[in-house]
Amino acid sequence: MLTRRKFVALGASAIATAGYGAPMAFARAATHRRLVFIIQRGAADGLATLAPVGDPAFLSQRGALARDFASAPKLDSMFALHPSLTGMRRLYDAKQALFVHAVASPYRERSHFDGQNVLETGGGSVNALKDGWLNRLLSLLPPEDKGIALAATVPMALRGPVPVASYAPSTLPNASQELLTRVSDVYDADPQLHAVWAEAIATRMLTSDFAAGDGKNAASTGALAAKLLSAEDGARIAMIETSGWDTHAGQRGRLLAQLKALDVLLASLQQGLGALWSDTLVIVATEFGRTVKVNGTQGTDHGTGSMAMLFGGTVNGGRVVADWPGLSDAALYEGRDLKPTAGLDTVITSAVAPHFDLTLQRAAAKLFPDVRSSGPISNLVRG
Amino acid sequence: MSETSIALNRFGLGGRSGNDPGPDPRQWLLGQLGRFEVRPKAAGSLAPSGQIVGELSTYQLTLLDLQRVEREKPPSPPSSEMSAKPSVSKDADSNYSQNAGNDPVNLHRRNGRLQARTHYGLAVTARTATAVTGNAPFVERLTHFWANHFAVSADKLEVLALGGSLEFEAIRPHVLGKFRDMLFAVEQHPAMLLYLDQAQSVGANSEMAQRAPHGVKLGLNENLAREILELHTLGVRTGYTQSDVTEFARALTGWTVTGLSVGRGGAFGSGTDQPKGFFFSTFLHEPGTRTILGKSYNDFGERQATAVLEMLATHPATANHIATKLARHFAGDDPPAPLVSRLAAAFLKSDGDLPTLYRVLVNSPECWVKTPVKFKSPWEWAVSALRALDTQQILAGDTVSLFAQLGQPVWRPGSPAGWDDVASAWVGPDAIMRRVEAAQRMVQRQGGQMDARARAVELFPGALSEPTRRTIAAAGNPTEALALMLVTPEFMRR
Repeated sequence: MLTRRKFVALGASAIATAGYGAPMAFARAATHRRLVFIIQRGAADGLATLAPVGDPAFLSQRGALARDFASAPKLDSMFALHPSLTGMRRLYDAKQALFVHAVASPYRERSHFDGQNVLETGGGSVNALKDGWLNRLLSLLPPEDKGIALAATVPMALRGPVPVASYAPSTLPNASQELLTRVSDVYDADPQLHAVWAEAIATRMLTSDFAAGDGKNAASTGALAAKLLSAEDGARIAMIETSGWDTHAGQRGRLLAQLKALDVLLASLQQGLGALWSDTLVIVATEFGRTVKVNGTQGTDHGTGSMAMLFGGTVNGGRVVADWPGLSDAALYEGRDLKPTAGLDTVITSAVAPHFDLTLQRAAAKLFPDVRSSGPISNLVRG
Repeated sequence: MSETSIALNRFGLGGRSGNDPGPDPRQWLLGQLGRFEVRPKAAGSLAPSGQIVGELSTYQLTLLDLQRVEREKPPSPPSSEMSAKPSVSKDADSNYSQNAGNDPVNLHRRNGRLQARTHYGLAVTARTATAVTGNAPFVERLTHFWANHFAVSADKLEVLALGGSLEFEAIRPHVLGKFRDMLFAVEQHPAMLLYLDQAQSVGANSEMAQRAPHGVKLGLNENLAREILELHTLGVRTGYTQSDVTEFARALTGWTVTGLSVGRGGAFGSGTDQPKGFFFSTFLHEPGTRTILGKSYNDFGERQATAVLEMLATHPATANHIATKLARHFAGDDPPAPLVSRLAAAFLKSDGDLPTLYRVLVNSPECWVKTPVKFKSPWEWAVSALRALDTQQILAGDTVSLFAQLGQPVWRPGSPAGWDDVASAWVGPDAIMRRVEAAQRMVQRQGGQMDARARAVELFPGALSEPTRRTIAAAGNPTEALALMLVTPEFMRR
């Protein structure tokens, strides 16, 4: 939806402050550390990205979806990465990739819209907070440090009191993202319209062109993000929206294209950042997971537990972190979903705090004030 | 909702500058019964149905002639190019299909379609302009209500060309009259006669059928008879039988349209001196006495069906059917039974006097409940949005596609039942997304310098929720605020 071909044509001159179209000036940044948050909108299937091939129930539960992993090299005794993720595999081998499995935000329903709200606000429940955790993170950093969204407008995670820029493509034929966001606000208290609107937004995500052009869109997005983060006075925090992860039908083919695009995006980001990659942390997360079993249309439906990914030079990578709950029927959440055993908030805090040299308590209290954290996961990232 | 807001939005078509209901909203509504323009300025230049019927009949005759010429043409000598190819691939050959597209028959068809579409587009624009700028919005709403009750669907050429004229010629002149008169005007309008195939219905024992050459199929078409009973008057499952439908259809035979009937190109009855339109032909009429709902009707030619319509127009089932639909339109998808009873009683007592029913509506507490009772249809939504923006000029061409995109193409419900008047027909994710997109386009086009914060208060006096007010105020810029205003919950319902 938001990573468009137009990115390439418009370049950095199209960057504007949120909403008002005025050009943005970047002040000299105080930190060398970079953070990129990539959101997978639409509920990405963690089990099909990093498959627990060592789980005895894996083959029987995943049916046709297990086939992708028939010859996939294993990362450890339990997990194998989707074979299309060759770039990620290289980062893993270079100890610059770390996966946390069976992860979820505090949200336990299955609406995309609400799930993304919780993921982005960092609240304990839907609409509990009115600004995003990335914006609150910016408030902890020196004021020179800027945030930017690679999106038509500022997504929820970056919204808040700290001014943030967003990439603004030319007038869209469809309603602008900003308007869509406002409409979400105005339907908040209206149960009928809220439900219908949530579905409208979810449907819109299905028509994403993130994976289009055989990865060309993804590559240009990664390159643009790198460019924006590379400038001495450029942004230090960037958010990239990817969509099209809602694979209710024909999942194998669709997910293959999605994962390839993500892999390409990551590679072009790394390439564009050059030496700065060693100061970079990339967090990839989705609003919730998908059902363990395959549905009637060779896809999966909205679930609960998924995974989070960390990449970059500051990551203590080359490992999978998981308190694995198991895939047997008895082990599933509500009899259908991967049971979450780690909080997404915990993963984010544990990675972001050392990355920006913040204390864990301070970061946790600011980013996820409503969430009762289960204690940090140590050593995800080097300080 | 305040009473002022209810008058503006539930009874009217939404606020517009200069449309102030004043201290007595009920009086404002009833006052409109005296201000309504039967022939609005915007419709002044529309072609009357008689002219369009003439065009259509000429079109049909020419089409027949062209088709005959094509048929009788000796097969053209195959070009060397063509003969080099095996004959089976002829249809797929691009040269061949190009030629086919330009042959006189296809060209004629295309021109006919274009002409019909022009009539349609002009009429849609006139309807929209009248709704958006008119100063009797309550009566305009009722006009739309009745046009939907007596729905035609512009799917075939004849109805595409004539659909608008049904509303302007048969509905508007009677919206403040008797139900009976509207019923007669509609059932004798060429758009209805052609839409529901009455124009081609022939009695099995009529002279026409008796004289038909061997192999020519002529016969009864029950379509109009059935829909009059089921949709226009009594209502579905009100006790009439298949035999009533067939008998009524026989009584209706002979009701046809000049130049668009059966026979050679339907040229029947198209004498040059005759006014174009409804035409009764004894030649097509089924002779004999008919029995409908237990009552027998002697054969008085045209007046046989007229007598049946008279009976239907004041039948208690008709009263109940109309009362239910009116109540649903103003008091909610599940209309309150007491209101329906009062309306039905008023209908019977007043002999189907429509203004009497409107007064019952305006004076019924069921129509003034404070929470919104209706989700706007795309038509209602777009008209109220254009009014909210004080739109002055409705551009031809814009309107047809606007309503099609919103999911409710004007005069094209696809069925004689018309559009559903319940929320479930209109509340859908894609439908709402389209409204949001349309709102943005409308505002970009004509938002001007309007301040959404002040405007919203005017449009929903005493009825704007605090969250809506805040969200509009928080919008990033004035145009976004206006677009947002047009899709707020307040704006989606009435």
